[in-house]
Amino acid sequence: MRSKYIDNTVIGLSIAFVVLIFADFFMAEWVRFIGLQSLARGAVALGLLILWRSGLVSFGHALYFGFGAYAAAMMTLIGYRDAFLLVFVGTAVAGILAFLLGFLLRRYRGIFFALLNLAFSMILYGVIVKTEALGSTDGFSVLTPTFLGYAPKGEAVQTTLFLFTLAFTYIITIGAHLYLKTTLGGMSMAVRENEIRVEYLGYSAERIIHVKYVFSGLVAGFGGAIMAMAIGQVDPDSMANWTVSGEFVFITILSGIGNVAATFIGALVFDLIRTYAFEYAPQFWQFILGGSLLAIIMFLPEGIWSLVARLRRPQKAPSP
Amino acid sequence: MTLILEVSDLNKSFGAVIAAQDINVTVHEHEVIGIIGANGAGKTTFINMVTGYLKPTSGQIKFAGRSIVGLKPRDITVLGIARSFQVPQVFASETVFDNLLMVYAIVEESGLGLLAPLYNDQRAERVDAHLIRYKIADYRDANASALPQGIRKLLDIAMAAACKPTLLMLDEPTSGISIDEKFELMDVIMEALRQDKTTVLFIEHDMEIVERYVSRVLAFYQGRIICDAPVAEAMVNPDVREFVIGEEFHRTRTQNDNGAGENNA
Repeated sequence: MRSKYIDNTVIGLSIAFVVLIFADFFMAEWVRFIGLQSLARGAVALGLLILWRSGLVSFGHALYFGFGAYAAAMMTLIGYRDAFLLVFVGTAVAGILAFLLGFLLRRYRGIFFALLNLAFSMILYGVIVKTEALGSTDGFSVLTPTFLGYAPKGEAVQTTLFLFTLAFTYIITIGAHLYLKTTLGGMSMAVRENEIRVEYLGYSAERIIHVKYVFSGLVAGFGGAIMAMAIGQVDPDSMANWTVSGEFVFITILSGIGNVAATFIGALVFDLIRTYAFEYAPQFWQFILGGSLLAIIMFLPEGIWSLVARLRRPQKAPSP
Repeated sequence: MTLILEVSDLNKSFGAVIAAQDINVTVHEHEVIGIIGANGAGKTTFINMVTGYLKPTSGQIKFAGRSIVGLKPRDITVLGIARSFQVPQVFASETVFDNLLMVYAIVEESGLGLLAPLYNDQRAERVDAHLIRYKIADYRDANASALPQGIRKLLDIAMAAACKPTLLMLDEPTSGISIDEKFELMDVIMEALRQDKTTVLFIEHDMEIVERYVSRVLAFYQGRIICDAPVAEAMVNPDVREFVIGEEFHRTRTQNDNGAGENNA
């Protein structure tokens, strides 16, 4: 009999984790850079996936992404550069902000939830742009991180950062996957389908949403801190602007909400499309990005993951 | 018998509309009470106030000796009052089994237990036993959105009953169900609730159902209780006959219809 915690997703993620550890040492630098960005954006999309399963879409998660990125970057301004510390600070401050704003946001649904998030994220954007000390619209550069005293040089920085990110992302993703199978995780469905019933079962739908919101804030902060270290620079337009929030929603639609692993595949596909579109059609790259989103919505309304699900379905239940 | 629900001087108004006026009711353990009354008489408002969905304008509601006015539906559910709905409130995109699995998990777990897996074999067994008692096991793997109305009603009531309440309030359990299915449905529900020793209070328009299943009747008219008596007594009460059952009205209309028919012929 199988353990109740080990399933195909856990096995698949573990295999991918091990493969990527080895691949890290052979990857071309630009591939590793895309991989790092995909892991960071995929983590944010993971938070959106969990909200989405409860029927909520946020158009403002650049708030937590940007907040985490700037918090980590500001740590290097005052001389701290340990990657563990930067990620901890970026994740924690974003989580605290999500916890506080959650008291307000958990009362809203649908378009009001989406746009209230957008409003808060634009406040952060406005504050950053107006703050000279944080480099205003130019941002500022982030010191090269060290890893518990180990201070890599040259290409080793990105190699180590990739391993570091991979390990944390692996833990977070497995955690999120197992969480979705718990009673609390499963309540996403209940909240999405019928809040009245949830209340009449003796549980607060708002509290469920709040928990999920804090999780999404934490992982977005994590993604932001990673991104700040990967790029070595923070600036409002690529960290906190509404277009960044749009990218996260884009990735979530692209991935589908069927499985936690999907968000990372979606993030990778997104980064590849953008990189190649920018490379080969610098005038039209936005058209290509928009066109691919359109194609996904028309042909794969449940996202890239539906391709995997389609492969698996015939084995599970043969059609009559 | 132990007193479990005590409602005194309950009032509710929506602007100029009075939905409840001077309602005084006591409910004892193991009673089965029928609430009757025309549409807009304040029956559902009464249930909504007892279960915390609406706050009364004034008055007191005590459940098991403690005041529950101002508590939220979820707090009242935890204390032991559950309800079903006139329009079934289910998790429409999920199967019947998954609906009840979710219900059992929410009811059974609290605190850190919420982080244990939703599915376990023991819980699945309890859910299946519940499905059998409510005679919906045949629909175990059907989507809740694709169920016939009667089964969806049963599912809604089975979900409320899975909270193991002391007092269960059913809002029109037989509405939207064909006459020949009504008794079958009520037999299933009342038998299961009798085994659980649940006190039941239900709204019903069909007097045959009321006479068959309840021990006591509360008749509502324009926000007031015009009769609170054992069922046999209530059925012959002149106020109930005039304002709720509408016997006089029906008799007059039948005569007129016949008259009209003769004229046409």
